[in-house]
Parts: sequence; C-alpha cells; structure tokens
Amino acid sequence: MSGGAQIPDHRYEGKLKVTGSAQYAAEFKVANMAYAVMVTSTIAKGVVTGMDTGKAQRAFGVLAVMTPFNTDKLPAGNQGAGKPPAGRTLSLLQDRQVNYNGQPIAVIVAESLEEARYAANLLKPTYKIADALLDFEAGISSAHPPKAGYWDPDSKRGDVAAQLAKADVKLNQTYSTPAQNHNAMEPHATIAKWENNKLSLYDSTQYISGVKHSVAAVLGIPQDNVSVECPYTGGGFGSKGSVWSHVVLAAMASRLVKRPVKLVVDRTQMFGPVGGRPRTRQNIQFGATADGKLLAVQHDSWCHASTLEDFLEPSALQTRMLYASEACQTSHRLVAMNVGVQTFQRAPGEATGTVALECALDELAYQLKMDPIELRLKNYAETDLSESKPFSSKNLRQCYEEGAKRFGWAKRSTVVGATREGHDLIGVGMATATYPGNRSAASAVVRIKPDGSAFVGSGTQDLGTGTYTIMAQTASKALGIDLDKIEVKLGDSALPKAPVSGGSMSAASVCPAVEEAAKQAKLKAIALAVEDINSPLHGADQQNIEAAGGKLFLKDSPAKMESYADLLARHGNQTLEAKGDAEPGQDAKTLSVHSFGAVFAEVAVNAYTRMIKVRRVTGVYDIGTLMNQKTGLNQLTGGIVWGISTALYEDQHLDPVSGRVVNNNFAEYHVPVNADIQEIDVSVLNIPDLKFNPLGARGIGEIGITGSAAAVVNAIYHATGIRVRDLPVTPDKLLG
Amino acid sequence: MRPFDYQRADTVDDALHSFASTRGVAFLGGGTNLIDLMKSEVESPSKLVDISRLPLSTIETIPAGGLRIGSTARNSDTANHPLVRQNYPLLSMALLSGASPQLRNMATVGGNLMQRTRCYYFVDPAYPACNKRIPGSGCSAQKGFNRIHAVLGQSEQCIATHPSDMCVALLALDAAINVRGAKGNRTIRMEDFHRLPGNTPQIDTNLKPGEMILSVDLPPSKYVPHFHYLKVRDRNSYAFALVSVAVGLEMENQTIRKASVAMGGVAHKPWRCHDAEQILIGASAENDIFERAGRAALSGAKGYEHNTFKIELGMQAVAHALNLAATRRTV
Repeated sequence: MSGGAQIPDHRYEGKLKVTGSAQYAAEFKVANMAYAVMVTSTIAKGVVTGMDTGKAQRAFGVLAVMTPFNTDKLPAGNQGAGKPPAGRTLSLLQDRQVNYNGQPIAVIVAESLEEARYAANLLKPTYKIADALLDFEAGISSAHPPKAGYWDPDSKRGDVAAQLAKADVKLNQTYSTPAQNHNAMEPHATIAKWENNKLSLYDSTQYISGVKHSVAAVLGIPQDNVSVECPYTGGGFGSKGSVWSHVVLAAMASRLVKRPVKLVVDRTQMFGPVGGRPRTRQNIQFGATADGKLLAVQHDSWCHASTLEDFLEPSALQTRMLYASEACQTSHRLVAMNVGVQTFQRAPGEATGTVALECALDELAYQLKMDPIELRLKNYAETDLSESKPFSSKNLRQCYEEGAKRFGWAKRSTVVGATREGHDLIGVGMATATYPGNRSAASAVVRIKPDGSAFVGSGTQDLGTGTYTIMAQTASKALGIDLDKIEVKLGDSALPKAPVSGGSMSAASVCPAVEEAAKQAKLKAIALAVEDINSPLHGADQQNIEAAGGKLFLKDSPAKMESYADLLARHGNQTLEAKGDAEPGQDAKTLSVHSFGAVFAEVAVNAYTRMIKVRRVTGVYDIGTLMNQKTGLNQLTGGIVWGISTALYEDQHLDPVSGRVVNNNFAEYHVPVNADIQEIDVSVLNIPDLKFNPLGARGIGEIGITGSAAAVVNAIYHATGIRVRDLPVTPDKLLG
Repeated sequence: MRPFDYQRADTVDDALHSFASTRGVAFLGGGTNLIDLMKSEVESPSKLVDISRLPLSTIETIPAGGLRIGSTARNSDTANHPLVRQNYPLLSMALLSGASPQLRNMATVGGNLMQRTRCYYFVDPAYPACNKRIPGSGCSAQKGFNRIHAVLGQSEQCIATHPSDMCVALLALDAAINVRGAKGNRTIRMEDFHRLPGNTPQIDTNLKPGEMILSVDLPPSKYVPHFHYLKVRDRNSYAFALVSVAVGLEMENQTIRKASVAMGGVAHKPWRCHDAEQILIGASAENDIFERAGRAALSGAKGYEHNTFKIELGMQAVAHALNLAATRRTV
C-alpha cells in the first residue's frame, strides 16, 4: 500500500460486539464470586428508624446484610473523593438519613443474584418520615446560586435594560425541559475483588482513573492499591463519569465477605442513585430592532438539584457567545429538592439551553416575519463576545447554507399551518447547534513489536463511540503500519492516564497523545536503522525517512527500504516502546473553541390524534476534522435521536407525595423506538481546526443533541400553529 | 421474586385439578405480564401451572358462523392468521398495535384477557397505598401522577385503566369467552368479562377462582371493510394507549346500519360506548354525526389533575376512528 492513511470502515471491536465476545464489566468470570444487590429507600426524606434483618440474614445463600446500623465508618463518610465528575456525594450506609426516594439504604450479599434479590425483599426498613422538598415550581422563589462548580452562574455584558428600552420588538417567554435519566443500555455494574489489601475493579465507567483515585480515597487506601478495568462501556452519556455509591459499596461488600462481589444496578435503580439531568425552567427575553438586530438577550435559568449536592445544568452558557447582541445577561439558580444527585448528561447545558434559546429565536423570527436563518445570520457572532476572544475556527454560515440546501428549506411555505397531507399537518423548523471544543492532558504508549505489528494503549474508555477505532487509525498512520497489525488496549488503569470520556473530549485529547507516542516509537526505529551498518537506510538523513505498510523507506528513493520486522530481527527482536503526552496548547487560553451546526426538521402531526412523527432531520456540522466517517456520523446521528427524544418523549415523572419516579422502567420512561426515527441526514464540513490540536478534530459526542430538539419543536409550531414551551411535546399538549 | 413451584399441565382438567388442590396457584400463559409482576412481588403465587402447551391454540371457524380462537394462541399468530386477517381485521389491527413483536410472540389470547393494569402505584410495591394490590390501603394515584388513569367508570377506590388493545377490539366485536371450572363450562359475554373497580378493585374480572379460559368466540359480524382501531399514544410503537378506539360499522351506501364502538385507556375495563352507537345507527356517515358520537362516548367523564386531556382527546379519537372506518374501502 501507499503512504496514505487508512481510515477503517468498520469498528475495531465490532466483531467482538456482534458476536457477544466483548466482555462488559459484569460479564467477567471471577472464581468464588458473590452477588450483591442494593436495597433502596421508599421515602423521600426522613430517618431509617429500624431494619429487621432477621429473615434476610436467615434466607438461603445470604452471606451478609449491610445496613446503616452495622456498616463500618469510612474516613470521609458519604463524601466521594475529588471534584465532580469523579467525586460525588454518596450514600454509603454511613448514617440513617434518607435524602431521596431510591437512595441505597442496605446491601445484601448472597451466593447468587436470585438469593440476594429474594432476601432484599425480606428486609423491612421502618422510617420516620419528614417533609420533603418535591415541588420544583414552588421552590423557584427560594432558588439559590450554586455553591461551587465549573461555571460562573451569572454573566453580564452591556446594559440589557437600556437596550430593551430601545427595542422595536420584544419577546419574553418561559420554556421548560423535563428531568431525564441517562439509562445506558448497559446498566452500571461493578465487580470488586480484594487480594492482599489490593482492590481490583471491573467497572462500567467513563473514567477509569477517576474510579481509581476516588475509590482509593473514599476507602482510605493508597491509590496504587486500586486497579480498574473497563474494556467496553455500554453507553454512559455522562452518568458513568462519576463514581456512584454502588462502586464503593461493592468494594465494601467484597471486603466484608472476603470474596469477589458483583453488584449490578437494576433498571429501576437507574432512576435515582446514578444521577440524572435536572429539569429546567428558562426565561428568555429579547429586544430587537424592526429589521432583526438583537439589542438585548437575557437568559435566566432555574434547574433542580439534590439537597445533597449542588449540580448545575448550565443552560444559558451558549447564550453568552452564540449571537452578537448589544447586551447579554444570564443567570443560573438551583432549586433544592429531595432527589438523587443530579449530573452531567449528554451536552449538559446546551441540550436544554438550546431548546429555550432556539425556540425563542424562532418565535422572534415569526414576530419579525423573517426567515429564521436570516435572523441568525443578522446576529452572527464573528468573535466570542463573552470572552472577547476570536474563535479557533467557526464556519457556521456554511452549515446554514449547506443545511438549507440539503433540506430544501427554500421550498417551505412561510405560512403557519398551511401544509396538509391527508390527515397530517406538515411543518418544518430549524435551529442552531453548538457545543464547546474541550481537550485535556492525555498520555498513551506505543510499542513496535518484533513481528512488525504494533501495540497502542491509553487509559481511556470506549463508550461504543469509536475510541478503539480512531486510536488504531491514528497509530497506523503515524507508524506506517497497516491497521490490521495494530492492537489497541484501553480501559485499564495500568495504562498511561487519560481524561474522563466526557465533554466530547476523548478524541481531541487521546489521539494527539497516540500520535505523539507513535511518532516517538517510529523515531526510535529510524535511529536504529540509520546507525545500523546492515540496514539499507544506514547513514541516511533521518528527516528523509518515512514509513508505510510496515516498512521504513527513503522519501527520495523508496526502493531503499526495510521492514520494521527485519530491522528488529537484527536487533535482538527487541520491542521499541515510546510514551506520548499531549495537552492543550497555549492557544487554548487565547481562543474560544466551539463546534457549530445547523439542524432542520420536518414533522407530521395528525390533525385528530395529535400524534407526532419526525419525518426527516438534516444536520450539518462544523466539528473540525472528521476522524472517522462511520463512528463519527454515527455519534452525530445518535445525538439527533436524543434531540428528538428530548423534544417528544423523555420525561421523568416524580410522584408528588413520595418523590419516587413513577415511570422508572423502559415501558413507561419513553425513549424513541425504531418507529419514531425516520430519515436522518448528517454531514460535516470537515474543515480542520488546527489551532485546537494537531489533528484538527473537535469532539462530536454531544453536539448532535443540541439544537435538534428545538428544530423539532419549531417544526411542530409551523405545522400546527401551537407553540409548546413545556417539553416534551406530547399529543395532549397539542389539543389547543 | 418469591420461590414457587412449577408444573406443566398436560390437560385442562389436570390444570384445574392442580388449582383446586393447592393454595395460591396461578395459570401461566406467555408470562409477559405475570412474570414481571412476580419479579416485583406484586404477585407471589405459590405455584405456577403452565398451560401454554395445552392443545388450546387452534383458530377455526364455528360451524354455525363466527370464529373460535383458542386461549393459548399467541398474539402474533392470532393477528396474522388468515381467517382473522380476512374476516376480523379489527382484531388483527388492535393486536398488532400492542406491545412489541417480541412480546406478541409470547403473549397468549387468554393471558391478554387477564392482563393487569399498568397503574404506576399498582406495579411498584414501594407505594404503600393501592387498593388493587392491598385492599383497603387507599389509592395513591388520585393525589399522585395520574396522566395515564381512568376518566370513565372509576371509583373512589381505584382509577386504574385496563391496558389491553386486543380486549377493546374483542368488545367491539361482541366476543364471548368460553371458560371451564369445577362446575363445568360456561360462556361470559366480553362486556361482562372485565369489571369496574367499585369497592373491589382487587378483582379485575368475573372469572371465578379456578376457572380457566378455553377460547374466545367471535360472532359472524365482521365489520369488513368498515373498521378501524385507532391507538393514540406518546410514541409510535411500544407504548400503552392514552386512549384507543375500536370501531366497526355496517353501512348501506352512506347510511350506518350497525355500529360498534369501544374504547381503551379510559376505564378500568374496555369501555363500550352504547350512547355513541345509538347516535350512529340509522344516521348518515358524516363528520358532525361522528363528532356527536365522540361527545356521547365521553359523556359523564371525569378527569383528574393530569388526565383531563383524555376527555377531549377521546372525543376526537372516536370521531376520527369513525371517519376512518366509514371511508375505508378494503381490508
């Protein structure tokens, strides 16, 4: 083959997955394993006054019943170690307080899962019930700013009040988005095993090094005594970025019964102790000139948070930078409630924030009788006004243009409710998508082996997103070794450290480290060759040597070449190893890095049943270099499906009395099914952002969900003339 | 799940005998509902008598007219049976709108008749109050989240709905349920099979303890081609009905000679809309008649905090289903 890069058209681990031989955390066979189940509270607030464990203790196969009354105290109590995402406020049976319905209050360990589950139902806790905070709307008036967090909750640029006073056209509307639960297909799961004070964990996680350091700190043992493996993660979407209670409880249970212990969180428990996206209420105010220039933008957001821990869904962040208004003001406040700790969920902030901002802009466009694209172009931000920084790369105009063309935007009727096909009302809508380009320090190791194959490893994770595949292709390209000779290992804390697979940053963080490690390994081979009198490359200028197809050759005289295997055979069959580190460059501080996109949706709303079908979605994205067609477009498509889900389906309902999630199962917590998803057309501009990293790639895990919900909601308005501001849009909300 | 005994019945009488001789026996059909409820310990039978392999899965014409469907016929097999597709497409349409292909492949006709409510407060024992689960404990739904609950025929004790699609079609088709118990065989009209909650919401049906469903009879009226099963739900598949409507019409030119209207998702049992039928019979098939029928179907309905929309949605769904049935030309 030539020196050109091979881009795999299949997933590195695809065959293992479709044949069922890829082992997920709960699938590892460990000798002498015991099984643990969590017992969770059935009240929202109060104290566990007693727990009759007699029947459970005596049940067949039961090895241990851990309760708040008999569990050893941990050095830091219920506090997870480190900042979020890894360190959260946990429920580790350290006290008798109940702070939400679904909180772990006991653990049963038994010889089998069935015995553990049976015994769990024999446990009858008694409670002293206290008044719980369960009414979000009622809590708005006493909302508080977050105590700590990644983001400044407030921002102010210019004078919104003065600009509003000057405006020809104003809008002031409130939008709300529901609480959501991540519900990865693979539930959270941990196998814990102790050997001579050393703890090894198989854990379904987005962050193996976070698990390592946080679990060690919570248990009060040295970090070096904890190892974590997670070769495959069956979806995470943010909830597996944190170390939740069950991970530590599994380790505690294993220490207690002196056997390996497996703890799988059941589906019902996915709605409480492992995080969720908070519900939001967002108020948008616009002031604009008659020709559509935004003078004032104000975005005030409230979301709910657990009384246990402040976590902010930062819905107004994108509003600070997305449009060039004269003045802009944002705020975020939290409403404390007796619910589980809330957390990052796919595009935290932008997923919900673009619902409010992009629906409000659509409303403004109708008020102004303007094309919604034209309104956005009129207010196009050439620089990031929130931070007074240039963008590293921004090609959003092209997204609008290309998206409009692919979708056929120009063919739409500009009249609301004007298009009817049979019993269906047809409408189209659009919105802007955006998500920051994030990157963190990461390391990788590459080994060129005596047989001419190579190994690449990094302590990162693959959530089904394609990390294996793009690590392989990056190493293959940098080493000049064919893809089928590249072995990839990840998800092992023994490997060089990589960041959490969150914030859409794994590709942008890990691949530069892989590239660097591969370059260094290749340089070692080149140095060996030019020093070697028996090599055809002896004495050559190192700069003049390139590699492809497993061979080193002279660029100006390709006939002079030899394979890695031949070279290493003459050198004692040694393995050449190099480590690569990569971290955000200096540019990161002076540039604003964001991805952008334009999303278009067409819906059909049955005029009588009000059932909604999203007939087609077009998304065009500016995400820098597309690393891999298959895994990349797949992630963007998945993001759009999530956007449709946010617009129409997902809605976690709390029982107003007990604070329990009533629809805590897949039958009633609706996510889209096949019948709900029709045509999705995704494309990217593929313009490298080389100021961001050497590969020019920004992450793509999250941007797909942004804007797409708003595009659907805007299309529903266009179809029906009914503006629903309280998501999800279900048939009852369109009865008019 | 509590430990339980399991027995595979070889004959109907064998199964009936097992029931009579042991306390806490439940018959097991496809298990798609019962097993879930056993996992959460809403149901804790001491013994399961598996009747799914009894020779009761035949679908055949009744010599005197009509169709007999065996109680262990699978939902998929029933929906796709040529005699059902050709002669009772309303039943086929309702069956195929229910659940998912995987569930329909397991679920039986008899089991579907015995399906229990999806009320959140019934299926999750974490809630202390549910009169259907623990008689006398109260109803959590009335002050709880009641978007999926009943607007017709409910009582102070229970506002749960019956979740089946198949049963709504069977009601519209005037089906009859053949059962056998210790005292021999009897037939129950579909309209009398399920109960309203009243003061005994724990009892879903008029099947007596120890009685087993043998088959379902459909009378000769086929409502071909003027039928429709309209299911309004939050997503396009694999969701229970917010409201559903089964409609069958016999028409002569534009005049309605016979009408059958039943609703799902609105009551503790599949709900027959006799008032709506009276408006339709003899009337001309026109939208204002359909709308009047829709209003009549929901007359007397009472909503709660989260489900009042079902009244308006139900009226519109009935009218729309009638329109679709009246204008349908082919199966």
